Amino acid sequence: MSVGVIASWQSAFRTSHPDKTFIEQAQEAAVGALKAAKMTPDDIDAIVFSLAPTFFMGVADADHWAVDAIFGAGKPIFRVHTGGATGGSVVHAAYALVESGMARTVLMVGAERIAETPDAQKVLNLIFDAFYERDMPLSTNTSVALAMSRYMQMHGVTEEDFAQTVVRHRRNAMKNPHAHLKGEITIDDVMKSPAIALPLKLFDICPRSSGSAAMIIGDTASLKRYQTRPAFINGLSGLSDTYWIGDRITPISRTDWSSFRLPEYVSRRCFEMAGISDPFKQIQVAEFYDPYSCQAYMQLEADGFCAPGTAARLDREGAWDVDGGAVAVCPSGGTLCTNPIAVTGLVRAIDAASQIMGTAGKMQVKNVRNALATASGGIGQFHCMTVFGAEPVHN
Amino acid sequence: MGHAPTDIVSDTISLQYNYSLGQVAGKFMDGLKEGKILATHCSKSGLTYLPPRDYCEQSFEPCDGWVEAGLAGVIEQSTIVVRGFDGKRPAPQAIAFVRLDGTDCAIPNYIDGVDLSDMREAMKRIEPGTRVRVVFNEERAGRITDFTFHLLGAEQG
Repeated sequence: MSVGVIASWQSAFRTSHPDKTFIEQAQEAAVGALKAAKMTPDDIDAIVFSLAPTFFMGVADADHWAVDAIFGAGKPIFRVHTGGATGGSVVHAAYALVESGMARTVLMVGAERIAETPDAQKVLNLIFDAFYERDMPLSTNTSVALAMSRYMQMHGVTEEDFAQTVVRHRRNAMKNPHAHLKGEITIDDVMKSPAIALPLKLFDICPRSSGSAAMIIGDTASLKRYQTRPAFINGLSGLSDTYWIGDRITPISRTDWSSFRLPEYVSRRCFEMAGISDPFKQIQVAEFYDPYSCQAYMQLEADGFCAPGTAARLDREGAWDVDGGAVAVCPSGGTLCTNPIAVTGLVRAIDAASQIMGTAGKMQVKNVRNALATASGGIGQFHCMTVFGAEPVHN
Repeated sequence: MGHAPTDIVSDTISLQYNYSLGQVAGKFMDGLKEGKILATHCSKSGLTYLPPRDYCEQSFEPCDGWVEAGLAGVIEQSTIVVRGFDGKRPAPQAIAFVRLDGTDCAIPNYIDGVDLSDMREAMKRIEPGTRVRVVFNEERAGRITDFTFHLLGAEQG
């Protein structure tokens, strides 16, 4: 069976949306996607709710609160939560529902309002082990800074190299009406931004964004009925890794996390399913989950777009530019410019699928045949990838 | 409606938790009180786990022995936390994941005694591959903060 995207919707992302409650944000996304699809709630067989930690908004299990707002009463609903990978895992769960025949159409929807608490740092520290890790100032920021120290030493990459990504992403985001951070900046601006956890500086780090998103997928018959130019879901792969960061950085590690081995395994499986043998030549758009400046390079290398340690050099030659590059890396500005944690992976999927469907507006890259979206969560513990294509690989 | 969109309702949620250590972590914490860092070993896979594990996930067998980890090891990754962190030591602080001698995993802790007045220079002094030693507090509570890392050969800070 071919499964594909019928329609999607995303809000403008910013620090907060004081004009709406969480469930109103989720509803706005559900309505937006349904209207775009010319569907009504009765046309949806099942819902997958994209919801990461709810500590940020202070309402436990807020999916329960949202059931009515997303027109869910009377339908099967599944909440998915794999940390930052949530939105990517949501796409995989929805695909499974359709591919198995349990549902003909699935609505994926979620919202995030991370600025509801001033104590976000404390919330992020709670994901670490209570006995061995939590007494240290560990967070997503400091964990990535730790991994960067190792990656930079292994590959001889510099902070200035990573700063190129920030400059390109913020420039790309100027064409994205939904993006949170955008604008023309220089490598020097990145280098001079305040240190957070060395080598990470403020501009190397994504913002915490509020907003909502929704996407509807369907089976072959539903695609015929609702969408003349769907984005076909041709490849999916998602893997989890050990919880222990300290198990991923020693000589016996199965998945050295500074070399992004987990994304490497994920991409191999995903590309095989999608019939991709040479991603550099066959994929035109890569919407990576990259909340930190170092992570686009790490994924380009792990996914086989280029050899380990060469992504920064190829960047200087323009290989990842939207205009004139070989692969448009995050034409949306990526997660570095917009990170509504619960729905970030879903936004990556929407931005990749829109490139196939020709609905990416000013972000549109020409002649896109294949586009990928990734998502990572739990300090790199979860990683998933989806490849969207203009033609179905699976019939 | 009559309300400015910036109106808010505030709440403060305070929760107390009492985490049960269990036998494995309990033995580890008891070891700290005695100035030892205890790891578990699986004779089938040959792996020595720190933090100690009850079960070897690679051999699918229970870990069948306890060993004392070396009190020196190598930095696998490091950072200097510059922005302050609620409820932790005041910034800046050097932290690292260190693989202690005789173990196969790395554990995090503070690195004490490093001059952080020039942080770029300090990052070089704690770069991956650098050797450190374990220094225990005189007063120990059976908590991971009973010890920190110090650069090997450096004067105690």
